Formats: sequence, C-alpha cells, structure tokens
Amino acid sequence: MAKTNRIITILLRLLAFGATLSATLVMVTSHDSTQVFNLKFTANYNNSPSFKYFVIAEAIASGYGLIALFLSSKSLVDRLIVILDVVIAMLLTSSISAALAVAEIGKKGNSHAGWLPICDQVPKFCDHATGALIAGFAAAIFYLVLNLYSLHLVLAPLFPVKP
Amino acid sequence: MALQSGEKSPMLIGSIWSKPRSRWTLLGLRLLAFLAAAAATLVMALNKQTKTFVVATIGTTPLKLSLTAKFNHTPAFVFFVIANGLVSIHNLVMIMLDLLGGNFDYKGFRFPMVAILDMLNVALVSGGANAAAFMAELGKNGNSHARWDKICDKFGEYCDRGGGALIASFLALAFMLLISFISILKLVNASPHHSISPNNNQP
Repeated sequence: MAKTNRIITILLRLLAFGATLSATLVMVTSHDSTQVFNLKFTANYNNSPSFKYFVIAEAIASGYGLIALFLSSKSLVDRLIVILDVVIAMLLTSSISAALAVAEIGKKGNSHAGWLPICDQVPKFCDHATGALIAGFAAAIFYLVLNLYSLHLVLAPLFPVKP
Repeated sequence: MALQSGEKSPMLIGSIWSKPRSRWTLLGLRLLAFLAAAAATLVMALNKQTKTFVVATIGTTPLKLSLTAKFNHTPAFVFFVIANGLVSIHNLVMIMLDLLGGNFDYKGFRFPMVAILDMLNVALVSGGANAAAFMAELGKNGNSHARWDKICDKFGEYCDRGGGALIASFLALAFMLLISFISILKLVNASPHHSISPNNNQP
C-alpha cells in the first residue's frame, strides 16, 4: 500500500515536472517575424510582460518539481513540501491566467480599446504560445491533483470514519 | 481523537468563554477576506467612466463622440469580478457555518471539505487577481510591439478605481492563503493519525 502511494506520487510529480518544463521551453522558443512594407516586425515572448512572468513562473515550478522529485521520500521535509506545493500551485494558476488574459487579446483584439488582434500577422508565434499555454494549464491541474493527493496521504486521510 | 496538548476540542458548544482562541482568529481572518473580496467585486463591477471627445468641427458645431469604459469590455475583468464574487460567497458561507452550525458534520467530512474548498479558492482568487493585474498593466503602459495604445491617460478615474479593486483583491489573496494554511492545520489536528509518515501503513 505504501509502495503504491509512493509510485502514484512520483508519477504525478513527474507529469507535473514534464508539463512545466515543456511550457517553459515552448514559450521561450516561440518567435515569428513578418514583413510589412519593407518593415520587419518580430514577435517574441519578451515583448509581453505577462509572457515573461509565465516563463519565469514555470521555470521556478520546474526547478522546484525537480527538487521535490528527489526529496519526496524523506519524511523530514514532507510537511514543508506539502506547504510549498500549495504555494507553487497558486503561482502556476496565477501565471497561466495572466498569460491567457493577454493571449486572448492577441487573438481576438479589443474593439473598445482600439486594440487589433495580432495573430493574423504572426501565426507561428500564436500557435507556439497556444501550445505553451496548454502545457501550463495541464501543469496547474496536475499540481492541484497532487495537492489533494498529498493532503490525503501525508497529512490526514480525506475520508475518515467517525469512531 | 488525539489532539495536541493545549488546544481544546473545536466541537465544544457551550458558553462563549470556552471557545478557543484559534477559532476566533480564523473567524476574524475569514471576515477580513470576505470584506476585501466583496470590496474588490463591487468596486470593479461598478467601475465605469464616460468621456466625450470632440472629433471634428463642422462650421461652428463640434462633433462629439462619447466613449465608455466599463469592466465588461474586458474578459479578464469579468473573470476578476466572478472570481472575487465566488470567493466572498465562499467566505460568507464558511462564516455562517462556523457561527451557526457548530456540530454540523457528515461522517467526518467537514474538516477535509473545508480544507479542500479553501485551497481551491486560493487558486481561484490568485488566478482572477493576476489576470486583472496584467490586463491593467497593459492598459497603463500599452504594448508598442503589438501597436496597442495605452488607455489610462484618457480614462484616469477608471484606471484608478480598477487599481483600488486590484489592491483589495491581492489583500483577499493574502488572507485566503493564511486561512488555507490554518484550515489544513486544523485538519491535521483533528485527524487521529497526524504524526504518520508516508511509509507507514494506514489502517
């Protein structure tokens, strides 16, 4: 029983680490350029502060995920890892929602503010960013599931029987 | 149930002098979080500014164009309002449950459900606050690479009120984080085996 629990925990952590790592890498390598009237316009993840925050947050979560993978079997730091899991899950949800808000404007524009959508001019950048956002969303969900599972496993059983 | 020494059972109903201090701390924090989230929701939902611009002059009569800035023009702000509304409703329900339904329990599900719901609400309010924060940053600074103009120089009051709602929401986030930690600690204390490590077999 203990072995199954450990396997499930390690599997969840691996999935979450993979998702955050792929979100970081895909967003960092997303760039596109287009030529309009002899002027070259480039789109990079650096151009938007919310994408920069997304990359930084996912990178921090990947680093933490790697460390937590190796430390998850030690019983001394178990409580600390559960608390840090909650904090990292909050960080991930915040970064994905910020990136989604700006990406939605990039795709549909905002007619009230006079902001035109940019996805028609730089489609490769938009597709890359969409992939990174999907990975980031999956990472947030994995961390949420991991939190619930750690709560059940390490701290207290979630389905107690009243004596 | 095994409890840590020095903390009374939270299931005691009785005179007001026997309630433990941790319960009043949690209640006070929930009240603060409810007030902050409700303030953020209301300020953002009622955020509106209309401005009339003179576009052209034909002869002697000027052509006026009036533009409105409302919160529901931006999906991020709509999500902000909904998220903060849900968080304030959650805190209100939890306050009512704590004050009025002292021993309400269903097969021991109460503490885990409160802990899980608090964790989910932390994620919700953090998502809403950050989406609105980056959208507000975009409105304040614009984005030169995407040719998006800033709007805060024209709609100053709208931006100021939005900023106030954002500050209230981040305060609610800080309070919700504390509340979530306290709820998890309560769950640990109320469980019969809170000193277990994951290598032990649970009965």
